[in-house]
Amino acid sequence: MTPSAYERWLALYEASATRDAAFSTMSGVPLDPVYGPDDGEFPGLFPYTRGVHASMYRSRLWTMRMFAGFGTAVDTNQRFKEIIAAGGQGLSTAFDMPTLLGLDSDDPMALGEVGRCGVAIDSLSDMRDLFADIDLFTVTTSMTINSPAAVMLALFVAQAEEKGVARAQLGGTLQNDILKEYQAQKEFVFPPRQSMRLVRDTIAFTAAEMPKWNSISVSGYHIREAGSTAAEELAFTLANGFAYVELARDAGLGVDEVAPRLSFFFNAHIDFFEEIAKYRAARRLWATWMKDHYGAKSELSWKLRFHTQTAGVSLTAQQPEVNIARTAIEALAGVLGGTQSLHTNSMDEALALPSEKAARIALRTQQVIAHETNVVNVADPLGGSWFVEELTDEMARQAEAIFAEIAGMGAGSMLEGCIKGIEENWFQGRIAESAYNLERSFNTGQRIVVGVNDFTEGNDDADLEILRITNEDERKQVARLHDVRRGRDESKVLVALEDLTKDALDPEVNLMPALINASRVSVTVGEMMGAMEKVFGRHIEVPTL
Amino acid sequence: MTIRVLVAKVGLDGHDRGIKVVARLLRDAGMEVVYTGLFQTPETVAIAAIQEDVDVVGLSMLSGAHLTLAPMVVDALRAKGSDIPVIVGGIVPNNDLEDMRAAGIAAVFGPGASAEEMVASINEVVSRARA
Repeated sequence: MTPSAYERWLALYEASATRDAAFSTMSGVPLDPVYGPDDGEFPGLFPYTRGVHASMYRSRLWTMRMFAGFGTAVDTNQRFKEIIAAGGQGLSTAFDMPTLLGLDSDDPMALGEVGRCGVAIDSLSDMRDLFADIDLFTVTTSMTINSPAAVMLALFVAQAEEKGVARAQLGGTLQNDILKEYQAQKEFVFPPRQSMRLVRDTIAFTAAEMPKWNSISVSGYHIREAGSTAAEELAFTLANGFAYVELARDAGLGVDEVAPRLSFFFNAHIDFFEEIAKYRAARRLWATWMKDHYGAKSELSWKLRFHTQTAGVSLTAQQPEVNIARTAIEALAGVLGGTQSLHTNSMDEALALPSEKAARIALRTQQVIAHETNVVNVADPLGGSWFVEELTDEMARQAEAIFAEIAGMGAGSMLEGCIKGIEENWFQGRIAESAYNLERSFNTGQRIVVGVNDFTEGNDDADLEILRITNEDERKQVARLHDVRRGRDESKVLVALEDLTKDALDPEVNLMPALINASRVSVTVGEMMGAMEKVFGRHIEVPTL
Repeated sequence: MTIRVLVAKVGLDGHDRGIKVVARLLRDAGMEVVYTGLFQTPETVAIAAIQEDVDVVGLSMLSGAHLTLAPMVVDALRAKGSDIPVIVGGIVPNNDLEDMRAAGIAAVFGPGASAEEMVASINEVVSRARA
C-alpha cells in the first residue's frame, strides 16, 4: 500500500534534526509540527505549497541576512563585523551606483555617487578589505550586483583564494539577475542578449567549480518596488527563472544541474495575506513547472527557496518610527510564508541609508519574531484557511495567465519572451501602469498611508539622527583607486585586458577565467567592463511614459 | 498657457518609478511633460530643457547625489543664459533643504508629496519665473 501524504511527511520529519526548543505555547499547550488532514498537502512534499522542508523552522530558523554597504570597503567591513557580532548569520553586500554600473570611482559619471548607496569596489584591493577578518568558511555572502556580476564574482574568488579558501568551498549567492534590471531596477550596461551570455558563463562556471554557490538570485523584489502588483511580481520573477533554466539548457546544462542553484528573492509588502499567498503560490508554481514543463527529476530542482526583504517602498519619511511596525508586519508575512532568509528594513530608509541603531532595531525585529512569538513552531500555520488557500489559488491563476502572455511573445520560449518583452517595453509598461494606479488610489484617499494622507499629527516631530555620507568618502575612495593604479604592473594589466577582449569576441568561450586572471593583476572593475563594452555595446532604454 | 515640464534623471540612479508616476500625474493636471530617460548629465538636461523650451525642469533623485548633481543642472542652465527653474523630487533629508535652496533649487518634494501639492507648487514656481 502506498503511504499516505501524512506518512510520507512523518518519515521526512522524523529524519530531520530539530532545534533544542520547547514546541509548545507559552501556556504549555503542546504543538504538532504541522496541522491538516492526512490526505492533504504537507511541507517538504511536492508541490511544496506549505514549505520546502518537512520540519521548517523547527529544524532551523531562517537566516537573518542583513543587507549592508556604504563608503569604502574598510567602512563596510566594520559594519559587517558589527552585524556578525549582533547575531546576524549571513552577509549581504550593497554596492554603490558606480560599482553597480561597472564604473570606477574616478569616472566622471560617478561624481557624487561614490560610496553613497553602498560600498565602492574598484579592484581586488577593495574586495580584500571588504572581507578582511571574515571567516569565509562559515559566513555565507550574498552580493547584490547584476550587470558586473561576473566581474564581482571573479574579484571575490580571487580574494578568497589569496586567503587560502578554495573556490569550491565558497558558499553564497550572486544576484546576477539581469532580466529584472531591464524590467525594473534599470542598472543595466550591455544589451540584453550580450548580458545573458555573461549570465550563462557564471552559471556554467559555478556549476563546474563552485558547488556551494547559488549562481542567480531571481529577484521579484525590485519588480515590486518599481510598482508591480503582487501577481506581476510573482509571474515576472518565475518567468525570468524559467528563462535562466532555458538559457542554461541551451548551453548544454541539464535542468537538474542549474535549477537547484537558483534561489529567489521576493518582496514582503504591507498587504499581509496577499504576500503569504504569493509565497505559497510561488513554491507550487515553480515545482509544477520544473517537473512538468522542464522535466526536472531532482527534488532540489522542484524546491523554490527564497530570501525576503520587507518593502522599502512602504516606508514613510513622515513619523519614521512607525516604519518599525510596518516592517514587523511585513517580516511576519515572510516568516508565515516560509522564507529561508530575511532582511528587515530600518525605520530611517525613506530618509537615508540606515544608521547603526536603526539597523540594529531592524535585526531585533526579526529576533522578536523568531524567539518570542512562537510562530516558528508550526509549519505553514495559515494553510487550510479558506481565505489564504483561495488567495493562493488566485495568485497562481493570475501568474499562469501572465506566463502564457510571455511565452506568446517568445513563440513558446520563455527566454525569448522575456527578452522580447524587455525590448518592446512590455514589462516596463505594465509595471509603470500598476505603479500609477496605486499612486492614484493614495492621491484620492481611497487608500490610507498613516502619516502621509491621514493621521499626520506628529509629522513635525524632531528629525531622526541619520547616517550622513560625505564627499569625503568619495575623495578617500578615489585616492585608494589611484594607489592601486600606481602600484600595479601595467604590462600584466594590458595582457589581461587583451585576453579578456579576445575571449569576449568568441561567444563560445567562458569569460570567467579571463576575469579572474584580470582581477589578480589589479585590473579595475571599470577597465574590465570597458573592455567588454567595446565588444558587446551598450543598452539604451528608449524612454516611455 | 499650458505649462511644459522636462522631467529628468541625472547621474547613475536608475529608480524611475517616481518620475514616471509624477509625469503622468502632471499630465493629468493638464501639463505637457517630456521625459529625458535615464543616465543623463547636467549638460544633456540643460540642452534638452532649452531645446524643448520648457517652463520648469524636474529632477528625480533617490540615490543621495542631489547635493552634488542638482546644483550642476542649475549651473549648466545658467551658463547657457537660461533662467528655467529647477525643482527636485525624491529622497532629500530635511537637513539638506537649506543647501538646496542656496544652490538655486526652486522647490523640493520629499517622499509622500501629493499630486495636488506638486501641481500647486509647479504653478507657483512657473508663474514666479514668468512674472
